[in-house]
Amino acid sequence: MPESDRRPASNLPPLSLHIPEPRYRPGDTPDFGDIEVPAVDATPRPGEATKPDAMRDLCYGLVRVLDFDGAAKGQWDPKLSPERLRTMLRYMMLVRAFDDRMFRAQRQGKTSFYMKCTGEEATSVASTMALDRGDMCFPSYRQQGILIARDYPLIQMMNQIYSNRGDHLMGRQLPIMYSAPEHGFFSVSGNLATQYPQAVGWAMASASKGDSRIATVWCGEGSSAEGDFHSALTFATVYNAPVIFNVVNNQWAISSFSGFAGGERTTFAARAVGYGIAGLRIDGNDPLAVYAATQWAADRARTNNGPTLIEHFTYRSEGHSTSDDPTAYRPASEPTIWPFGDPIARLRQHLETLGEWDGERHEAQRSELDDLVKTTQKQSEKLGILGHGMHQPFETMFQDVFEEMPWHLKEQCTQMLAEQEAKFGPDWKPE
Amino acid sequence: MMNADTLTATKTMNMIEAINSAMDVMLARDDKVVVMGEDVGFFGGVFRATAGLQKKHGKTRVFDTPINECGIIGVAVGMGAYGLRPVPEIQFADYIYPGLDQLVSEAARLRYRSAADFICPMTVRTPFGGGIFGGQTHSQSPESIMTHICGVKTVIPSNPYDAKGLLIAAIEDNDPVVFLEPKRIYNGPFSGYYDRPVEPWSKHAASAVPEEYYRIELGRAATVREGEALTILAYGTMVHVTKTIVEEMGIDAEIIDLRTLLPLDIEAIETSVKKTGRCLVIHEATRTSGFGAELAALVQERCFYHLEAPVERVTGFDTPYPHSLEWAYFPGPVRIATALTKILKD
Repeated sequence: MPESDRRPASNLPPLSLHIPEPRYRPGDTPDFGDIEVPAVDATPRPGEATKPDAMRDLCYGLVRVLDFDGAAKGQWDPKLSPERLRTMLRYMMLVRAFDDRMFRAQRQGKTSFYMKCTGEEATSVASTMALDRGDMCFPSYRQQGILIARDYPLIQMMNQIYSNRGDHLMGRQLPIMYSAPEHGFFSVSGNLATQYPQAVGWAMASASKGDSRIATVWCGEGSSAEGDFHSALTFATVYNAPVIFNVVNNQWAISSFSGFAGGERTTFAARAVGYGIAGLRIDGNDPLAVYAATQWAADRARTNNGPTLIEHFTYRSEGHSTSDDPTAYRPASEPTIWPFGDPIARLRQHLETLGEWDGERHEAQRSELDDLVKTTQKQSEKLGILGHGMHQPFETMFQDVFEEMPWHLKEQCTQMLAEQEAKFGPDWKPE
Repeated sequence: MMNADTLTATKTMNMIEAINSAMDVMLARDDKVVVMGEDVGFFGGVFRATAGLQKKHGKTRVFDTPINECGIIGVAVGMGAYGLRPVPEIQFADYIYPGLDQLVSEAARLRYRSAADFICPMTVRTPFGGGIFGGQTHSQSPESIMTHICGVKTVIPSNPYDAKGLLIAAIEDNDPVVFLEPKRIYNGPFSGYYDRPVEPWSKHAASAVPEEYYRIELGRAATVREGEALTILAYGTMVHVTKTIVEEMGIDAEIIDLRTLLPLDIEAIETSVKKTGRCLVIHEATRTSGFGAELAALVQERCFYHLEAPVERVTGFDTPYPHSLEWAYFPGPVRIATALTKILKD
């Protein structure tokens, strides 16, 4: 007899199962008024060597630097030069221009897939700028800002997105799953959070060799539910690994709100408490807070004071990917009323408040970056777009499974080439 | 490259000592090699495979890990990306499943997906197989799960000499290798008769193991016994069980120890089966979708017109490995003898 039929008569109150539900669905008028927004200068900045148990409050607060009037305040202000701030703004604007263009290219049928990071630009751009150039980044799939902040050639990103002749990954990977070792950017997997223990391993290796480079890794709040996340934090605390964990809490994992990763009960930064590592919860739409927190965590890691978990509290303004329509599961107005605004607008406002930027320069830069992306796109498209002609020799399908091709793959390759010859004739060559 | 023939200083070793020696040699030769796993450090491993290595090579080269196979393999992937050559131990092959995603989707795919920007020169050592009263969670043979992953090599030694040479080749390989160690024969070859005294490795020729560095190339089978009557394809523990039964029955069988399941030495298999015209495949793992199915298919695809009888399989049963009925599960003397009689009669 199944257990469900065996339930004894009981005068105890019935148990009930909680299924999380976001507060607002399409058609509702959302209100984020209950999100606590601590004052900009309310959060103390502990020393980088502070013991995790002496700074637990930071897991539940919110590190902020920029107020909503564009002023930088408090102990966390990284006090960057105007030049550095303008560079940061430029990178974030370039990410947005790139995203818009590539999103459109997907809609025009030039590639299969794209993922924007609109509203989350600071979480990768400002973070990367606070690292050393040799530090290793283990991205999830929405950190194109790392590559852009490290001046990776845009055309190479586009070639990958188009799986064209210039794609050094030979069309094997879904668009945006870049790999750029020379730019300290690990190959994007597509399986979620697998990069977490890998980053710890890289950091452990660096520490064991007496290197000075650290590792840093990103995942979303949704994939922080994966076992890999917890494996990684366990190893990191056990070996005091020089690694920075970024959880980009953009509230949504496709259609699942953060409650399905445990967000109803506590913060994601608070995961650090149980592991005995440092945790910081920050305004992820405040580029200076992101910079300051990363700089703090990097200094901490580099001085053998261990790992840090940073929760970037932010909002995914657009769909999960080109395959997603967020208006099917959340109110369309949510992104516009998000209380922390837009990271690009906020940094622009800050620079303007400082008298280091103005609307004219901003518009000029936007149009310059749009042109840059458009020109680069044309160059990339000369090397082909997905689904229009073949861009890689067929036999590349069998290369790199192993360093040396074993007999069974050679046989299968021969078979496949014969199939292609039967289909296209003997004189066919890839474009 | 050093060849075993040119080496003179050998020592009598059992499988554990030979495996230990392989890691010892590689830790000394290459400062990128690291050995890690549950209980492998100070204690030296539950099977003693890493005994003494931490003391000799230091704590950052040989160390304990949390009980977390996803973490062990995932961290090893990251270490490989840094440029190290990790040799993680999974305490029992039965425990590898929590780490399977890191193996299947990460370690095995990294070279391919990054077009060799990043590689994973990792060797996962893990004891497998039954016959030790390990019950269902310390006895499994998951080799066909490994061979089904594209991008991983699968190696299974059957004696101390091979274990050392193959493990060194695996550690030096630039692709991920799953190195499955048949734990029933760690201390001596197994006849298949569980009620007979265990014979130590010292009575076996393959226990003479050079103390120095040597390699046995992956992907090459070994002919354990030449014969004309039929070809038997085996690996690990079953090589010894098979040999015992064949000799007891006085059958002139050719026994091929595959040693590497992937890449497979197809030439050795083809040559032998075309010579004998009969083929018996033996493994301890469960039958359905086992590696024997792959071997049987390959043999009939390539040797069909040389075959005088259907390819036979002797395997474990499609049940979890039972504790008390272990020897009724194990493909022992009766099952092998029955199959031999059948295939030779056909």
